[in-house]
Amino acid sequence: MSLLKILGPVMVGPSSSHTLGALKISRFAYKLVGKTPDRVTFLLHGSFSKTYKGHGTDRALLAGIMGFKQDDPRIKDAFKIANERGLEYSFEIQDLGEVHPNTVRIKFEVDGISHEIEGSSIGGGDIKITNIDSVPCDLSWDYDTLVIVNKDIPKALEKILDAINVNVANLYLRRINALLERALTIVELDEPIDNLEEITKIPYVYECYFIGRDY
Amino acid sequence: MTWKEISEMSKNMELHEVILTLEMLENGDDPVNLKNMLGDILKVILEESEKQYGKKQKTLTGLTGENAFKFRNYSPKLMGEFNYIATTTALSIAESNASMGRIAACPTAGSSGIIPGVYYSLYKLFNPSFEDLLNSFIVSGGVGNVIAKKATLSGAAGGCQAEIAAAAAMAAAGLSYFFIKSADVAGNAAALALKSLMGLVCDPVGGFVEVPCVKRNGNIVNLAISSAELAMSGIKSVIPLDEVIDAMYKVGKSLPESLRETGEGGIAATPTARKLIDNIKNNLF
Repeated sequence: MSLLKILGPVMVGPSSSHTLGALKISRFAYKLVGKTPDRVTFLLHGSFSKTYKGHGTDRALLAGIMGFKQDDPRIKDAFKIANERGLEYSFEIQDLGEVHPNTVRIKFEVDGISHEIEGSSIGGGDIKITNIDSVPCDLSWDYDTLVIVNKDIPKALEKILDAINVNVANLYLRRINALLERALTIVELDEPIDNLEEITKIPYVYECYFIGRDY
Repeated sequence: MTWKEISEMSKNMELHEVILTLEMLENGDDPVNLKNMLGDILKVILEESEKQYGKKQKTLTGLTGENAFKFRNYSPKLMGEFNYIATTTALSIAESNASMGRIAACPTAGSSGIIPGVYYSLYKLFNPSFEDLLNSFIVSGGVGNVIAKKATLSGAAGGCQAEIAAAAAMAAAGLSYFFIKSADVAGNAAALALKSLMGLVCDPVGGFVEVPCVKRNGNIVNLAISSAELAMSGIKSVIPLDEVIDAMYKVGKSLPESLRETGEGGIAATPTARKLIDNIKNNLF
């Protein structure tokens, strides 16, 4: 899609890396849980922590966590809208270590369940999701993405892959906890699946999240 | 992909079709879908140009925001109507960008005023069909694509020449294509624009896309227009577009880091800029 990237994307200014990229990382977090969380904390690292207000990074992050798309004119008013919706939010500056200068860690809570996403805005509006719930990964969100917490036993992965009815582009696997027999499976897909429910019902699957890509 | 290869293919097929076809060969995109999606971007550009034209904006730092308004309320002494509308539009979109308005990052957010400048002026003054505008827009994209592949469109990597000069080259090529359906003329227009801004540094005050970016958009849209006029008159760039792009990349790589979007060199390092940055930071944090 390179021509679309050169003549676009359509976005809200002023900066593709500080506004658009930031929004995409937090919109990924929104889509993981499928709704606006009850509370959120944004930990800003490096360049994000230095210039975030002047680039509207804070409003972009807040807009993204409420599910706004990158060209939504309401992004400017994200603070006001978050207050109206009763979303509790805070911004903190934190050194996140040896990561990209434009990195944010988003801690959010919905219906009593906590999640954590870390992502970097790597230029031109492109992002990398580098951590989901303490599991390292490397997702571009150029694909439809399936995040599954599953039982860490033989044949679990086979059953999951068997139920996926579209082409798999990339696959990431991590053991979360050997004692509890839990693993995280992240699958990047060429197109959206249409049988999410079927996957959710697999006995080896504890949690299943589908994060469709934005076009 | 080089402009020379594209030009050669356009002997048997229209230039905008060549660009769409190459995209299909490379990424597997359906040319009809792709053209529709590019049309959606062009529609946003024209809509926002109409909506923001000459409006005051409340930008994030307050360093800009009233330039488009001032220019709209001024009667030009020297410029023709085409340049006047293009300049007002370029300022309007650049200031809208700085106030978190909706823009097409075309090719980047900081240079997002140039392409709207020329297309909105064409739209207002020449009563074109949308199809004609879109075909020219695709040619602008084709030039941008060659620059992206052979060099860079990022100010941090190549200086402002990679952003605003690239935008001017894209605009000049598309503008000439609207009147003369020739890859050679479009290539010359793009080369003439890019050569005129070779070495331009990226030096935003405080790192924010406002000073000098907004006024550069307003100024340089005129360079895109004059480059198109020069090329349409039959003037050729002695150095072909592909080689100009290669040279631009080499210049970009040899620019010191302080002149590549760090906010530490060029006009960002002047005493006035430093004073302004202190004020902005105090007000923001």
